Amino acid sequence: MIVAERKPLDEIEAMLASAERVLVVGCGTCVAVCMAGGEKEVELLASELRMRAQASGQRRRIDQVTLTRQCDREYLDALAAYVEEYDVLLSTACGAGVQLLAERFDGKLILPALNTRFIGTAEGPGVWSQRCLACGQCLLHLTGGVCPVTRCPKNLLNGPCGGTNHGKCEVNPENDCAWTLIYRRLEKLGRLDLLDAIQPPKDYRPMTKPARLVHPAFQTESAPPTK
Amino acid sequence: MKDSIACLGTETEGTGSGAFEPKVVAFCCTYCAYTAADLAGAMRLEYPPNVRVVQVLCSGKVEAEWLLRAFEEGADAVYVAGCALGDCHFLEGNRQALRTVAYAKRLLAEVGLEPERLEFFHIPASAGTLFAQRAREMTDRARRLGPSPLRSKQAVESRKLVLPPDPHPPLPPAQLGRRIRESEEL
Amino acid sequence: MVRLFRDVLQEKDFVVTAEIGPPKGTDVSRLVHHIELLRDRVDALNVTDNQSSVMRVSSLAACRLIVEHGGEPILQLTCRDRNRLALQSELLSAWVLGVRNVLCLTGDYVTVGDHPEAKPVFDLDSVQLLQTVQYLNQGRDLAGNNLEGATDFLAGSVVTPEADPLEPQLVKFAKKVRAGARFFQTQAVYDLDRFRRFMEQARRLLAQNQMGPVKILAGIVLLTSAKMARYMNEHVPGIMVPESLIEQLTGAEKGKALQVGIQIAGRLIRQIQQERLCDGVHIMAIGKEERVPDILAEAGLA
Repeated sequence: MIVAERKPLDEIEAMLASAERVLVVGCGTCVAVCMAGGEKEVELLASELRMRAQASGQRRRIDQVTLTRQCDREYLDALAAYVEEYDVLLSTACGAGVQLLAERFDGKLILPALNTRFIGTAEGPGVWSQRCLACGQCLLHLTGGVCPVTRCPKNLLNGPCGGTNHGKCEVNPENDCAWTLIYRRLEKLGRLDLLDAIQPPKDYRPMTKPARLVHPAFQTESAPPTK
Repeated sequence: MKDSIACLGTETEGTGSGAFEPKVVAFCCTYCAYTAADLAGAMRLEYPPNVRVVQVLCSGKVEAEWLLRAFEEGADAVYVAGCALGDCHFLEGNRQALRTVAYAKRLLAEVGLEPERLEFFHIPASAGTLFAQRAREMTDRARRLGPSPLRSKQAVESRKLVLPPDPHPPLPPAQLGRRIRESEEL
Repeated sequence: MVRLFRDVLQEKDFVVTAEIGPPKGTDVSRLVHHIELLRDRVDALNVTDNQSSVMRVSSLAACRLIVEHGGEPILQLTCRDRNRLALQSELLSAWVLGVRNVLCLTGDYVTVGDHPEAKPVFDLDSVQLLQTVQYLNQGRDLAGNNLEGATDFLAGSVVTPEADPLEPQLVKFAKKVRAGARFFQTQAVYDLDRFRRFMEQARRLLAQNQMGPVKILAGIVLLTSAKMARYMNEHVPGIMVPESLIEQLTGAEKGKALQVGIQIAGRLIRQIQQERLCDGVHIMAIGKEERVPDILAEAGLA
């Protein structure tokens, strides 16, 4: 899941500047799960903005709506009838959602209310941690299901650096050393042999930006010839 | 619930003499604080008429949005009163409420309101005296802090857009699933 | 004429190297002074590569100065600041400028340094960098292209004998040897019992896998005060200064702590040599390079 966090209110206020008619647009998918931009968070943000405007006597209308998903075009169509009423749309989606909104309503100023942080999992209520860098070349089969590309700040592929510290990482002692986790897990699985091979330098081509993907079923070039 | 918060704004303003009379909203758990309020009444204990009690099934049901909403509608102080730790009728609703109140305090501070205007109290059902004491305490606090900066300001226009039914729901309607199962049975 | 470090490693029983840090700025007078002071006293001089992620004159430039002043340099090269193109280019340049030895490291993370906002690179890791050196030595680059003129570097790397847990560290140690590391300069060593246990395991690993010959030089970091020792214990992973040494530093007369630190370093070196724990020592007198001759004197190596 994509994990995001809301920008500070001051920053959002500064972006809104003198906009009078504001529509806060929530997203009901990842950012709703990570409690950053779902219906509830839209309500809280709208309430905070209203209180600010009310206290300062600023003329402002703050409406709210939450879409099922902002990163799929189909869900944006329902907004088309309303956008003209607003000066700005303040999106609480991830960066992908904000951009699709801007693409769909290209005459409208679209502002981001969140900082998109990472692809991760929930550690517990209200706590998430990064698990995948979308490197496009998964090697979890070699590392006991622990990703060194994501979980080691130096993305080392051949073992720990000298900064490994009682199972913790020197860059942030709160984090586990990915390579200690990998070693311990492979040890438990009886597969330490997986660590024998020297991993070659990583191929970063799949990470070239902007990435694009066409599902094989939707590829237009002719299918490979039958023999 | 929202109606009971909303009626705050329509009530007559204080005594009309010009002296500041704070409006205090208390969200009280049915099983303890609300019962304690009853008891306070039965004991003929006096507590300030500034406090408007809102009965909730459990303090854990109180949402941060409600707390902010109360301030938006002119409350000078708000508190949530739940059971003692370990005594929650729903096991840990009051723990949840503690977290909600702490979070809403942060939001208030972000907006520019004093977080002290919001508080959480543990008030057991048998504590009629404590209920009255907390009511006085919070009213005095609101008096000390002065009127909320949102008070008697023009409310900001706001509405929730109601979109037509989602033509592409993330899951197929349940009915369709039933029909398929029925057809399989046939 | 200075002797090649490669020959020294083979011929000498007990090898001594020392580390010097390039300046932050263009004034190299202190650096040159250190080079002239140490070039004949030690077998080779390491030059750090933006040590602790603090921006300085490059290791390569300082190595060239060592060559010009008649010393034998070891180029330290980290994976932090350069991608595979820049690393290979730096290696070729080093060879062209007369540098014959390279120490391949991962490098500290950028956030510990003076430009914490910088984009960290870590395109290769130290094992892959060692392999890259081997490719260049064989006359081709990492992509398999032929080179007009190959290098012939002696490659080394580092290991942390007191890392906890040690097992993953040994896995990487073995990989480094297989990737062509012919010498190791270890992280600072203070507890010789622990170091002895590490050496036993490392030697067993080398023998089992019929690897070799690999020379291991124990890292000696000069303790300048009890405060510094405590700081390293707390903040530098893999360094463990025993309490007894810290007490000696605390007990030193005012202004004499550095002198005690020099005695400790000398004593450690002497003991390592007498017990033949490893093949030599690598002295890191961070910021106190001018005291290296005193350490050597204490160790009886002057």
